[in-house]
Order: sequence, then structure tokens, then C-alpha cells
Amino acid sequence: MLQIFQNTNFDFMGRRRMAYIFSALMILLSTVSLFINHPPGYVFGPRFGIDFTGGLMMQVRFDQPAAMDKVRGALDDAGLKGAEIQSVAGNNDIMIRFQEPEGAGDPFPRISAALGKDFPGNKVTLMRQENVGPKIGKELAGKAMNAIFGALGMILLYIALRYEWKFALGAVLALAHDVYITLGFLSLFHKEFTLTVMAALMTIAGYSNNDTIVVFDRIRERAKVLKRDSMIKVINLSVNETLSRTIITSLTVTLSVLALYLFGGEVIHDFAFAMLVGVVFGTYSSVYVASALALDISLSRMKESPAPVSHKKASARG
Amino acid sequence: MRSLGNWRLILSILVVLLCGVLLYPSFQYHYQLTDAQRRSTADPKINAIRDKAIHLGLDLQGGIHLVMEVDASKLAKAEAADAVDRAIEVIRNRIDQFGVAEPVIQKETGNRIVVQLPGLTDPDRAKGLIGQTALLEFKIVRTPQETQAALERADNFLRQHPLPNTPASKDSMSASRPLTSLISGAEAGGAFFTQDQLPKVYAMMAAMEKDSTALPFDTQLLWGEENQSSNGRTGRWIYAVKKDAEMNGSIISTASSRVGLDATNPTGWGVEVKMTPDGGNLFSSVTGRYEKRQMAIVLDNRVKSAPVIHERIRGGVAQITGSFGIEEAKDLSIVLRAGALPAPVRIVEERSVGPTLGSDSIKKGFLAALVGAALVALFMVIYYQLSGAIAIMAMILNVVLLLAAMPLLHATLTLPGIAGIVLTIGVSVDANVLIFERIREELRAKKTVSAAVVAGYNRAWLTILDAHVTAFLAAACLFAFGTGPIKGFAVTFSVGLLANLFTAVFLTRYIFDAMTARRRLESISI
Repeated sequence: MLQIFQNTNFDFMGRRRMAYIFSALMILLSTVSLFINHPPGYVFGPRFGIDFTGGLMMQVRFDQPAAMDKVRGALDDAGLKGAEIQSVAGNNDIMIRFQEPEGAGDPFPRISAALGKDFPGNKVTLMRQENVGPKIGKELAGKAMNAIFGALGMILLYIALRYEWKFALGAVLALAHDVYITLGFLSLFHKEFTLTVMAALMTIAGYSNNDTIVVFDRIRERAKVLKRDSMIKVINLSVNETLSRTIITSLTVTLSVLALYLFGGEVIHDFAFAMLVGVVFGTYSSVYVASALALDISLSRMKESPAPVSHKKASARG
Repeated sequence: MRSLGNWRLILSILVVLLCGVLLYPSFQYHYQLTDAQRRSTADPKINAIRDKAIHLGLDLQGGIHLVMEVDASKLAKAEAADAVDRAIEVIRNRIDQFGVAEPVIQKETGNRIVVQLPGLTDPDRAKGLIGQTALLEFKIVRTPQETQAALERADNFLRQHPLPNTPASKDSMSASRPLTSLISGAEAGGAFFTQDQLPKVYAMMAAMEKDSTALPFDTQLLWGEENQSSNGRTGRWIYAVKKDAEMNGSIISTASSRVGLDATNPTGWGVEVKMTPDGGNLFSSVTGRYEKRQMAIVLDNRVKSAPVIHERIRGGVAQITGSFGIEEAKDLSIVLRAGALPAPVRIVEERSVGPTLGSDSIKKGFLAALVGAALVALFMVIYYQLSGAIAIMAMILNVVLLLAAMPLLHATLTLPGIAGIVLTIGVSVDANVLIFERIREELRAKKTVSAAVVAGYNRAWLTILDAHVTAFLAAACLFAFGTGPIKGFAVTFSVGLLANLFTAVFLTRYIFDAMTARRRLESISI
């Protein structure tokens, strides 16, 4: 029988201050990056893609490699001097982004015509083109906010119903921690914040809880048996006992997300990147942040009232 | 116990069979039919298969997603009320005549219309087809003297209201005649401006549009088409026309694209319009009244052509010529037949994906799913041996169930949806990991194999349920918020979670129970 982490006895809770410091550093790093790599027009935030800012994007594939300055020239001819050009790895793809030139009508046909004229004998294939009006962008950003906070709120409510509120608070704070640090890493690596990335953040919010729930269930089960022991000991024991399943469940998800990251193609690349970061931090926070926060919240409560931890369910679970 | 076991076996077999039945049309549609067959809408057999097959999102099969806003601001209140509905009617008509399999045309809040056209490869053409107002008008061109007078009045206006940001001209002629001094030629009832003068003229026209006193009250200046030539120079014509249209598109009964309508351009394409009987009579009387004058054929405020009426035209047939390509002529005949939009529409969102990127995405998504599944399977079998293999079987069935549910729910498979499936592969074995780890723990506590299995399942069950519910809550929020592709992700991920409860808990439990019930097991491969 293959086994990792059998009968571990790490003093997780004793060293929770180190985890707090590490998390604080990560949050600081994320915040700094969000300040430095802020979107235009804001002082702070992720680099929003056109989904949220509005704007136009076009990706074309050339049969043979195309010189960037020649592409630039074609765009100048089409009246798009401020366009941003970026080559996409493999396949001679080029991505063009720009804001709508005012009152000039639909610019896409003009770009197609200019590229066709300036690259005779080099077939240009349209891969995709997107145009998001500024109003739509604002609406999407608003909906995205609602979705993230809605999800966090509902998860808080559900865990509060199933467990005690301090556990729920610990779990949701840990979630927010995971989502925020993922956002920071996206910013650090200059990834665009698009609708797809936003879906990844929501998935992290939903998934990174799984491990936390496993730990919380074990804490509840153990707390019932070990009534005389301290909260610290109960939580330490529970985290250690569930350590191998926490690691393994995260590992299987990491494997599948890694496949997505490596083979899923450019459209899904940033999604997979966000998921990878989210799963790694989600695992760390399930072990450390969620339980540690729940512990500190209960400890501060216990000073006020020395009542022991209450248990809603009598059945043993794991 | 035995009869209960049989009941679960029968249910499992039924579910697998049902999946086969549900997935067969998808196999037929996506693997057996040719591209042309998939595009055709004529064969009822193919339509029936398409209905039951997994529907691919625009990001996978290529296509166009448009959100349009109807600008009803210039309509009277009564007209504005149903403008969106009438616009939808017209757009549906145009798309039907163009021929697209499975178009989606939906009304949204805020005077918006969502149009999805799967499989179309030329977004610019499609936008032209459904986005143009197609208001056809017949207007009488002013006589040369009247035109002269109108242009002079414009000069007057522009002298009194000089354009901002233009340096005062040193040249006295352009100072006294801001507009007419730019004209490079006047013939055929219009004034010609060369390409380099156009930006200035556009600015002047915009300024005049804001003030009704800039021109005689019953006269209007209209642009001709772009990139015309006169005496070897490229530029554009401006026509002075009577503001009130003599007739509009409502006189048309049918329209068709034709080649060689214009004798001076025998290979050029154009559109021939046949009129209704009433329309023909009106056309005949108008052409009779304005014999020897020019009549501008105006489409969406742009003069397509301005032929001279040589004699009264009877018979109710007219030609629209100009610089048309074959596709343009065909599309114009479609929009004229389908009628004009009640108000202009503006495209506020466009997402077009070419077929190349679509099939790229499918291939890569498929590869990622296979590699992901292989990696997870390898790990599970090494770590949990036979039990791992059982979990892998459950994982495969989980994906099959998920795919089978897609057509049943009329859900669309998108690229983020494929990402959801890959994620499901990773998450689906989690439940089994929790159960197996619990069983191992019970075994370490010296329980018998069958007792350990029972305890493992029972104790892990509520944990698994809680974990699934929280993930499901996030997916539900995503579904409520999401647009197109993101919704596709929310669907596959949440359906995957539901299917997982059946495969990872119910099904594997049956297998373990069956294994432990047959003989008194001393050990288990876990």
C-alpha cells in the first residue's frame, strides 16, 4: 500500500503565526502588483480585457510569417494608428487590439481589406474578432462583481448553516484569500482579466472549499470525542489526520488542470493558469488559513465566555 | 441485501444504456455526417439528428454572436413601442432568406437583440446583411441652378460659422467660399470632391447637419458612394436632392440581383426591383412628372445612383446599379425583399470566431481532456491499485453521463465547457479519495474489510455532499451571471458534480458491496 503522510504529527496550529506572515506577504505582493500593473484609468486593479473595458480585438493567422512592422503599416493604412499588436505563440497568429476610432463605422472590414492588400500571396485567415461596447463592458463588470460576492455570500451562508459561524467565517475568509492572491498572481504575470479568468476565480471559490470542509468535518468529529483537549490540539490532530487526503485530492485536480494548461490551447491558457495558482493556494489555505482563523476566532470568543465548542450534529463524519 | 444489490445493478445498467441512446445522435451528427450535410436545413432526418445531438457553441464550431441595440430615439412613441419586435421580424426574415442553420434571434432588455449565427465565416458580410437599415428612397435631384443656389447658401452658412480648429485661410477664395472652392468638378447633377479634400468636407457636412438653416428647407445634401472617379481622380460625389422622398421601399414587391443592368458597365452587378401594382402606378406617375430630370436612388441616406429619367417608366420595374460586388448585390436584394428596419440598429457587442480557431479549440480541448484523464488514472491506479481502477471507471462514466445530459438539457458545449469537463475529471475522483482514505483509516483501526467499507462510505458521505454543494453554489452563481461560453462552463461543471454523486458514491459503493459480500475478504486492494 502506497502512502504519503502517514501518521504525521506536525504542529500546524502552533506555527500558525508563520502562516499568517506568509499569507500577509502574499497579499502584500498581490496588492503591490495590482497597484503597479493597474489598468489604464485606475490606480489599482487587474489588467482588464476588453470584456470589461470595452474595445476591439482581432486575431488573424498568416500562412507565412508576417513582419510586425508591415502589419503595423497595414493598420496605419486602415486608420488605426494606436492599435496594439501582439504575436501569439505558434501558427503565425497575430492579435490586434484597439479602441474604437470615433465615428468611422465598423473598422473590421477595413483591417481585413488592408491586410489583404499589404500581404499579397500570404493568405490571411480570420481567427476571431470581438467588439465590446463600453456600456456592455461596464454591465459585464457589474455582473462579475455580483457573481463573485453572491457566491462568497451563499457559501458563507451554507457553511454557517452546516457548521458554526466561526468556521464559516474562517472558510470564507480563506476563500477570499485564495481568490485575491490568484488575482495578484494574474496581475504579477501580466495576464488579462477576462470573462474566462473570472470563471476560473469563481471555480476556485467553489472548489478550494472542498478541502476545508474535509478538515472542518474532522475537527467536529474529533472535538466530540476529545472533549477535554484544547482546541489547538483537536485542530492539529484533525489537520494531520486529513493531510494525505487534502494533498491527494488537490493533486488529482492539479494534474487535470496542468493538462489543460499545457495542451488546452491559447484561448483557455489563462483560465488554466488561474486555476493552477488557485488550487495550490486553496490547498495551503485549507490546511492553514481556514482552520487557523477558525481557531483564533473561537479563542477570542472563549475569553469572553468559556463555554465549550457546541456540536450541531451528533454523527461522526470524515 | 442480495435483492437490493440486484436492484442497484439493474439501475446502473439502465443508466449506461440510456447514456448510449442519448449519445448516439451526437455520434451520428459529429462523426458520420459531412460538413455540407450539417449545414443543410432541408433534410428533416438531419434536422431530427441535430436536435438530439450535443450542440456546439459558437467558439467551437465558428460563428457570429451579435448584440444589437435598436435606436428608437427618433421614432414617435407609438412606433417606438414595438420597434424592437418589428426589427426582430425583419432580421429573422433576412436571415431566413440568407439561409443559416439554427440561428438564434432573441429580444433582450434595453432595446437589445441578440443574434447568433453558427457556421457563418464572414462576420463583416453578416453584419452588413442584418445591421443595415435598408431604407430605400427615391428622391429627385435638384436642377443645376437649384444645386448651385443650395451650395452657395452652404458657403454663406460656413462663412458665418467657421469650423473650429481650422486656421483662418490666407487664400481669399476659400475664405469667401469655404465649401464650393473645394469642388473639383460638377457633372451629372452632383459636385465632386477629391479624396484629400474629404476630411474637411466631412467636418463641414457635420456642422451643417446640426443647423436647419444651413441649407434651403426643402433641400438635402447626400453623399454618393466612396472611391468613385472623375477625370482620373478618386473621390466622392455630393448630390443636392429634394428632401421629401417621392417613394420608398414599400413600393417593392420583390428584388433580385442581376448582372449587366447598367449599359455602361456590362459586367457590373446590380439589383432589379419589381414593384407592387400600386407601387408601379406611383412610379409611373412620378417618372412622368419628372421627365428629363435625375432621380437619386438612395439607400440608407447614401445615393447609389442618380440616373436621368429619359421617359415615363411603366411596368413597375427599376434598377439599382452602382459599384456592387456579386455578394453585395445578392445581400441588397435580400434586405430589400425582407424590408427595412423600423429604426437604425447599432452593434454593441460582437464575438466572431472563425472555423479554424473553432476546430483548433476542439482538438486541443480533447487532447487536454485525454491527457488529464490519463494522468489522473495513472496516479489513482498506482496509489490505490484495484480500488483506484474502480474510481477511474466511475470517473469515465461520470464524463459519459455528463455528455449524455448535455442534449437532454439543451445545453451548449463551449470551450470553457470542455475546461469544465477536464476539471470534472480531476474533481470526480476526489470523492473516491475521501472514501478510500477513510476505509484505510478504518482498516488501520483493525476493522474487518466489509465493516471498513461500510464505515468509509457512511462517514465520507456527508463530507462529500457538503463539498459538492459549495462547489455547486459557485457554479450556480456563474450560470446566473454568465454569458455564452461561461454559461457553458457552469453547465458542464455543475452537471459533472451531480453526476459525480451517482458514479463516485452510488456506483462504486455497489461494486465494493458486491466484492465484500461474495466472500469473506481478508484484505482489499486499496
